[in-house]
Amino acid sequence: MSDLETFRSETRAWLEENCPEEMRAPVRDEDDVFWGGRNATFKNDAQKAWFDACVEKGYTVPEWPTDYGGAGLAPAESKILKQEMARIKARPPLSSFGIWMLGPALLQFGTEEQKLHYLNQIARGEIRWCQGYSEPGSGSDLVSLQTFGEDKGDHWVVNGQKIWTSYADKADWIFCLVRTDKEDKYRGITFMLFDMTSKGVSTKPILLISGSSPFCETFFDDVEVPNDQFVGEINRGWDVAKYLLGHEREMISGMGGGGGIGSLGKAVMPSLGEDAMGRLDDPLLRAQLAELDVEALAFKAMAERFMDELKAKKNHPATPNMMKYVGTELNKRRHELVMASGGSEALEWESEESRGGAKARDWLRTKANSIEGGTSEVMLNVISKRILELPDA
Amino acid sequence: MPLYHTDDQAMLKDSAGDFMKNEAPVSHLREFRDKDCKDGFSHALWKQFAEMGFTGMLATEEDGGLGMGNTEAGIVLEEIGRNLTPSPFLTTSVVGVTGLNHASKDMRDQWLPGIIAGETVLGVAIDEGPKFRPTNIAMKAERSGNGFNLNGRKNFVVQGASADMLIVAARTAGSAGEADGITLFAVERDAAGLSAEAARLVDSAMGAQIEFDNVEVTADAVIGEVDQGADVMTRMLHAGQAGASAELVGVGAGAMDMTVDYLRERKQFGRTIGSFQALQHRAAHLYSEMEIARSTVLKAQQLLDEDDAGAPLMVSVAKAKTARAVNLAVREGVQMHGGIGMTDEYDIGLYMKRDRALAEFMGDANYHANLVAEMNGY
Ligand SMILES: Cc1cc2nc3c(=O)[nH]c(=O)nc-3n(C[C@H](O)[C@H](O)[C@H](O)COP(=O)(O)OP(=O)(O)OC[C@H]3O[C@@H](n4cnc5c(N)ncnc54)[C@H](O)[C@@H]3O)c2cc1C
Ligand SMILES: Cc1cc2nc3c(=O)[nH]c(=O)nc-3n(C[C@H](O)[C@H](O)[C@H](O)COP(=O)(O)OP(=O)(O)OC[C@H]3O[C@@H](n4cnc5c(N)ncnc54)[C@H](O)[C@@H]3O)c2cc1C
Repeated sequence: MSDLETFRSETRAWLEENCPEEMRAPVRDEDDVFWGGRNATFKNDAQKAWFDACVEKGYTVPEWPTDYGGAGLAPAESKILKQEMARIKARPPLSSFGIWMLGPALLQFGTEEQKLHYLNQIARGEIRWCQGYSEPGSGSDLVSLQTFGEDKGDHWVVNGQKIWTSYADKADWIFCLVRTDKEDKYRGITFMLFDMTSKGVSTKPILLISGSSPFCETFFDDVEVPNDQFVGEINRGWDVAKYLLGHEREMISGMGGGGGIGSLGKAVMPSLGEDAMGRLDDPLLRAQLAELDVEALAFKAMAERFMDELKAKKNHPATPNMMKYVGTELNKRRHELVMASGGSEALEWESEESRGGAKARDWLRTKANSIEGGTSEVMLNVISKRILELPDA
Repeated sequence: MPLYHTDDQAMLKDSAGDFMKNEAPVSHLREFRDKDCKDGFSHALWKQFAEMGFTGMLATEEDGGLGMGNTEAGIVLEEIGRNLTPSPFLTTSVVGVTGLNHASKDMRDQWLPGIIAGETVLGVAIDEGPKFRPTNIAMKAERSGNGFNLNGRKNFVVQGASADMLIVAARTAGSAGEADGITLFAVERDAAGLSAEAARLVDSAMGAQIEFDNVEVTADAVIGEVDQGADVMTRMLHAGQAGASAELVGVGAGAMDMTVDYLRERKQFGRTIGSFQALQHRAAHLYSEMEIARSTVLKAQQLLDEDDAGAPLMVSVAKAKTARAVNLAVREGVQMHGGIGMTDEYDIGLYMKRDRALAEFMGDANYHANLVAEMNGY
């Protein structure tokens, strides 16, 4: 047996033993997702057991080095782990902006001390992070941000406002873009980390069209940030931010595959019925669902190729923008079809059978996919300029 | 298996790319079209294909071939597509050889050496109507003495009139619509009672209507098992569908590259048109679609080569996805070229024509999307 085959059979055995039955099902509700953090509570014992087992093994962040709380897996091994987890439909043990966004940036730009400290915390789900980039006047044009950090020698004093800060009200710490030089637009931004309980930090929720509100306006009023809590170099935070956005896009683009739900057409077959030939009894809807399956399977192949190329460093650096664009647009299309296949039942907004109107709320939530983390239009700009090398206006 | 080309495959891509670009670029297609060549391709070029080792890629080493897979054949096909190179590679070396690999030793000895040497051309005779419906075969093969007697008509046999041998699917039992009862026969082009009427297609290739009027073949002409030909036929079709998808990706990539180059150089309103965001966004969308299509083809080929149970689903995904993406590439190509794109002199229209033919070959996007729905159980 090759090393990889051995690894696969060991992984299979480990999962068999450690992944509880309840954790082998697609995520249905927000409380199926474990986000960690100081105030985290587990939904049930199974969620805790699965989380603890993964932390011990380093499987919350399988590819990170063991010193930083990972399992130090090689790309081929981590692909196998992913395949084996997908095979039994295992839920992610921990969802975390620390893992998806801050972690990769620290691995790339952090000091050894920062890595040992923050990465281990992230891997063990101890600190829940939020992202403070956008401001009311700086969305797509992020580099125009105004939140200002004044250098006071041994600390900064930060003043300003952020917007759209996902889960700011639940997060323990924030990674934040702060202007530290007003003269240089690109080279005047510093990437800072600080505690959300610091004096002068306040948040206000923003209600979305989906009726939920995990997003906030975040205000900084003379917040004191110690001098050593920055990543990369002072005034070079834009480099860190760009790197990190690539990872955010990778994560968001993962949604195009449909979250492991499989064929939507097959799922709705029982409720819509079949015709005399055993086909879904609505030929035009069936055709749209078939096109969706083609797109979803095609995207899955693209995602596999993207990850393989990324690990072998064979991809164009702007490929994540393309994945983000395609994955999010596909996810929106999928949810339009979820609504169309659900008919009047999908319109339910509150009832218990509808799990609190989950279909309708999910559908509305997906509309943000092509806005958050950079809009589709901005992704298309990046593809045309950086990959196709089309001229500027 | 990572989803990108190995180093060996990347080398093959380079050599196939150089070969097509140097020996058979788009001007080669024009030349053969303009001299109204009756075969629609160059026999001398087919010989060069053999010298490059392309013709026998899918034949086993025992049979004198290279024992390569669909992935390698796809690499050659993509370069064929990019350069619109006319050749019998897809029908002969991919679909035909896949069929012959399941034939008797005698039959392989009879046909493979000629194919590998670039001397022999095969046609594949399955369709009987204008749309691809492989189980709707009505053509009859009745037992007669030691062999069979073939009667019926086949449609859209690519290079059918210039092929040396046709692999013919006919019904020895059952009725149209059933998979059981189909038998595959190797029928020589000069068999008595066989007549072919060649017709030029929109992409300048030659298709043929073939009539079988009491064509006698011996029992040795059967490929695979009598009545059970659907199995081998399905393998041939999968290889052909994945292959056509690979060629389509080449067609789309060729059209897209031409278009993006044009966007970079054409000036209107005092600016290069590629600086207009309206065109940039469409070009970027097209690029994304092409990359996804490319991934589906490679995935389908790898699964075919591993004989994975998931291959048929992915083959249909590949054909459906590439057909949509490449159709977008050629339509956007002509549109973004403006008026010049409508001229015969300019190459972009040739890409549009080849796309149309390949889109129909062995099942269009709707046919394959329907199969995906069936395989997914609805
Ligand atoms: C649900 C949600 C969660 C979010 N979470 C966070 C978070 O946790 N942290 C954080 O910092 N931010 C977060 N964001 C903010 C997000 O990053 C911004 O909304 C996004 O960057 C777009 O900025 P904007 O909303 O100001 O839109 P604008 O930039 O005002 O864009 C408006 C429209 O104009 C288009 N447009 C803008 N510029 C161009 C251009 N150059 N060319 C063509 N079209 C253009 C856009 O595509 C869009 O359609 C979140 C947003 C949402 C909706
Ligand atoms: C079959 C045919 C018959 C014709 N007959 C006549 C005739 O009888 N008399 C006559 O005078 N002319 C005729 N024309 C010419 C026709 O009017 C031009 O082809 C047309 O105006 C487009 O110009 P162009 O071909 O130079 O394309 P270009 O202007 O070079 O356009 C190339 C591409 O760039 C796009 N583009 C250009 N500018 C912009 C912009 N600002 N923003 C976004 N996109 C842009 C275009 O939409 C197109 O996709 C004919 C053309 C054809 C094809």
